[in-house]
Amino acid sequence: METQEVVEKMAVHLLRLAATELPRDVKEALRRAHREEESENGKTQLEAILKNIELAEKTGTPLCQDTGTIHFYVKAGAQAENLEKIEGALRSATQRATTEVPLRPNAIDPFTQKNTGDNTGRFIPYIHWEIMPGKSIEITAFPKGGGSENACALGMLTPGEGVNGLKRFVVDAVIRAGATPCPPTILGVGVGGGADVALYLAKRALLRPLDQPVPDPKVAEIEAELWEVVNMTGIGPMGLGGRQTALGVHVEWAHRHPASYPVAVAFQCWAARRASARIHSDGTVEYLTHRVR
Amino acid sequence: MRRVAIFRLETPISEEDIRKLRVKDTIYVTGTVVTARDEAHKRALEFLRERRRLPVDLAGLAVFHCGPLVRREAGEWRVVAAGPTTSARMEPWGGEFVEGLGVRVVIGKGGMGSKMTEAMGRFGAVYGAFTGGAAVLAAESIVKVRGVEWLDLGLPEALWILEVKRFGPLIVAIDSHGNNLYSDVMRQVEENRKKIYRRIGIKAE
Repeated sequence: METQEVVEKMAVHLLRLAATELPRDVKEALRRAHREEESENGKTQLEAILKNIELAEKTGTPLCQDTGTIHFYVKAGAQAENLEKIEGALRSATQRATTEVPLRPNAIDPFTQKNTGDNTGRFIPYIHWEIMPGKSIEITAFPKGGGSENACALGMLTPGEGVNGLKRFVVDAVIRAGATPCPPTILGVGVGGGADVALYLAKRALLRPLDQPVPDPKVAEIEAELWEVVNMTGIGPMGLGGRQTALGVHVEWAHRHPASYPVAVAFQCWAARRASARIHSDGTVEYLTHRVR
Repeated sequence: MRRVAIFRLETPISEEDIRKLRVKDTIYVTGTVVTARDEAHKRALEFLRERRRLPVDLAGLAVFHCGPLVRREAGEWRVVAAGPTTSARMEPWGGEFVEGLGVRVVIGKGGMGSKMTEAMGRFGAVYGAFTGGAAVLAAESIVKVRGVEWLDLGLPEALWILEVKRFGPLIVAIDSHGNNLYSDVMRQVEENRKKIYRRIGIKAE
């Protein structure tokens, strides 16, 4: 099979997996949240969430009607062949998945308000490229819901505010967002680099599985503290009150300019959908986030 | 205060039924639910101001803030997934929408503000919170698509007229007595914010 065909077929499959079945780490985190939630309203919400996940998986139905704006994160081996065909393959995979899964058409012209109807458009699906050594290609399908995206925040803090300012910014963003990003959320926090880099890192932090610890101990400490205080807000599942406001906090960082201290917060709803697979140079496909029957 | 309770409502819903409900109660709706998002709200209010009749009479019905994922099979529409969207976006039109069109239950996620709470108190309507993202659960209780209007707004924005059976659980988050569960939670959150600031070493202003 040609690269284009392999990638297209795989990407349709990834979009279907992402839309209908949460990755294992997210499901586990939601079950834990349900066990530990003490508020009655909060527990009812988590019960509905778990029931919904089960139904979606059983029937192969998208678990949320907002099947998101489609992002792909591509890690391309520098020696992989036909890389120029990947973008086309991902676009046609998105169109096919829109009718086959189905996905809700979510690509709208910001000036005419016209919906393209097939989830493709200018810069959409958005493809994030990264080059790595070798011949294989790793692709993550990342459908991002609108409700949680609307809560994303960027702060250009002063260096004097420093780490305490960063913590405060995250807490304030979570409180301002309240119920709207569908808590319990996953929070991606990007620090440093500049405004765009901080936002990019914040969103990329959402790709990390919830059970994968961060190697840098100083970052791990900040993540743990942020997670603890965010869960002290009392917002709870769906903002109806409770302890389980976030399933996890992931921090990514870059070095900063002496004059700037950029902090970005990306919100991911409980329906934290993502699916990854690797295409080896011999054309075989290995699924990384989901068990494929 | 009485204990929280579970209520089953059938459309058309009367003011009397609504006045019995208090925040934190759970309701299930059977009958007709009509979806409406931003664009449909805008157009509905244009109709209302021009004294034109809407393609569907919303009096006594439930309106659902939702852009469903639908599929056409053998000439019939089917709702695949239908979770709620963020209701706060509808706040600017919400009160007029409820009072002007006679809506008794507004279903959505994330709650609404003081204008809606006041309108619901005056007219006799409640806001029922459905679990955000629980779209398959919602679709399960949709028996049939009765019709669709304003398709020119796009599939998510159109008015979908749905026949539902025991649609829920909906937590009453705004009742017709001026109570708003989200405001109660957020008041507590403000108290907690002070504690968190102390904990992370920020002086409260």
